[in-house]
Amino acid sequence: MPVAELQNVRKKYGAVTALHGIDLGIERGELLAVLGPNGAGKTTAVRILLGLTEQTSGRAAIFGHGPASHAAKLRRGAMLQVARVPETIRVREHIELFSSYYRAPLKFEQTIAAAGLGGVEKRLFGELSGGQKQRVLFALAICGNPDLLFLDEPTVGLDVEARRGMWKHIRGFVAGGGSVLLTTHYLDEADALADRIAVIDGGRIIAQGTPAEIKRLGTSPAGSGSGGLEDAFLSLIRQNGNSIEEVLQ
Amino acid sequence: MMRVYWLEARTEFLKLARMRSYSLSTILFPLMFYCFFGLAMAPHEGTTPMARYLIATYGAFAIMGSTLYAFGVGIAVERGLGWLEVKRSSPMPLGAYFLAKGAVAMAFGAIVILMLFAMGAVFGHVRMAPAQWLLTFGALVAGAIPFCVLGLTIGSLAGPNSAPATVNMIYMPMAFCGGLWIPFDFLPKAIQQAAPLLPSYHLAQIALAIQNAPVQGTVGGHAAALVAFGLIFLGTAWVAQSRGREKMYG
Repeated sequence: MPVAELQNVRKKYGAVTALHGIDLGIERGELLAVLGPNGAGKTTAVRILLGLTEQTSGRAAIFGHGPASHAAKLRRGAMLQVARVPETIRVREHIELFSSYYRAPLKFEQTIAAAGLGGVEKRLFGELSGGQKQRVLFALAICGNPDLLFLDEPTVGLDVEARRGMWKHIRGFVAGGGSVLLTTHYLDEADALADRIAVIDGGRIIAQGTPAEIKRLGTSPAGSGSGGLEDAFLSLIRQNGNSIEEVLQ
Repeated sequence: MMRVYWLEARTEFLKLARMRSYSLSTILFPLMFYCFFGLAMAPHEGTTPMARYLIATYGAFAIMGSTLYAFGVGIAVERGLGWLEVKRSSPMPLGAYFLAKGAVAMAFGAIVILMLFAMGAVFGHVRMAPAQWLLTFGALVAGAIPFCVLGLTIGSLAGPNSAPATVNMIYMPMAFCGGLWIPFDFLPKAIQQAAPLLPSYHLAQIALAIQNAPVQGTVGGHAAALVAFGLIFLGTAWVAQSRGREKMYG
């Protein structure tokens, strides 16, 4: 049984349909990357699985529970895109508070180690670097020792070194047996981390498979690319009827 | 379970205490205004009803400020810039978030009221029976609740950048027209007639009744009005919050 799934989920905002009946499942211990251009429906799918918004029709479940239920929340952690985190709270205080929400959280030192925050525990959030701030959000997502982690664009805006640092911690979580749903704009990130990739465009899943399969699927006859994931992605989206300008925006 | 509520409140307290924009406006505004209008302009001989009047109304001014800023600006920022979603997707009991905000905002207000009382007693020649001090304090702190809910409404409707201005535009006129800055009887007739539409007026009247100052209406009537305001604000906030959740996402 998948640890999280969407079955024929449709989501409409007024007259606009954001998701046209998608099916998506995350298996135990796998990292699923969801790729797609802006406005494709990635964030909507994640928000439904987090119980932040409700699907118009279809079924969504986390470990068999409703996504907004307390039982589901206790077993998952989430790192969302957030424009401002309270800055006058220390790293330790943030982590202690979030840890208290869970029944069997990690020890404080374990969380610090798993997120690479050693040495900055006493800093105020506002005093941290961009990479450190993202790692605090990662720490808040894993401090409850969840079985499933949602990472919504976890490395956006980070420099190469900070991104690689974040990858290391994400791999550490998966190595410990956790499952992950990752959305990202960075195709190399999906290539480096994912066991499976789902490409979403215009509210539909247009391709699904291992990174190698996606590259094969997306290789168009006239393709001039080098066979990388980026070319495959562009070609898939183009076949789905988007202009290249829309994709690259 | 209790630990969550305690930590939530502790975190909220530390957050606000370290945030100068909050601590300064919450503490400084009422104390400064009290100095100008309550101390500098009041007569200096003996205990006057005026001195007692102003300690009550500036107390109401203080509690309004601490709650409106904590809720109005706090929630607008945390909601508008994504932090509330992080909290809502975690197993945090949602009640802990609002209770912590309420408890801490009232605690800040209570601290400022005590500072005001000290200033009033030392510099403003305010003399009251111990029971009156205590009752005034209790009534003002309890009266914070409808303003917490009003702050919640503002925080649910205002954007993160416009919230501080919105709060000021509601807070300051409401304080003036409710008779918190200068005694109610000195206000223009039109404002006096419109004042019962403001929760600030009713809170001030309750505090004044404890001082045995001349008041309009009964304490019960003013308390009922505050409850009614609280319920109206709560309904508005609830509608605004559930509407805000259905924004379009990609």
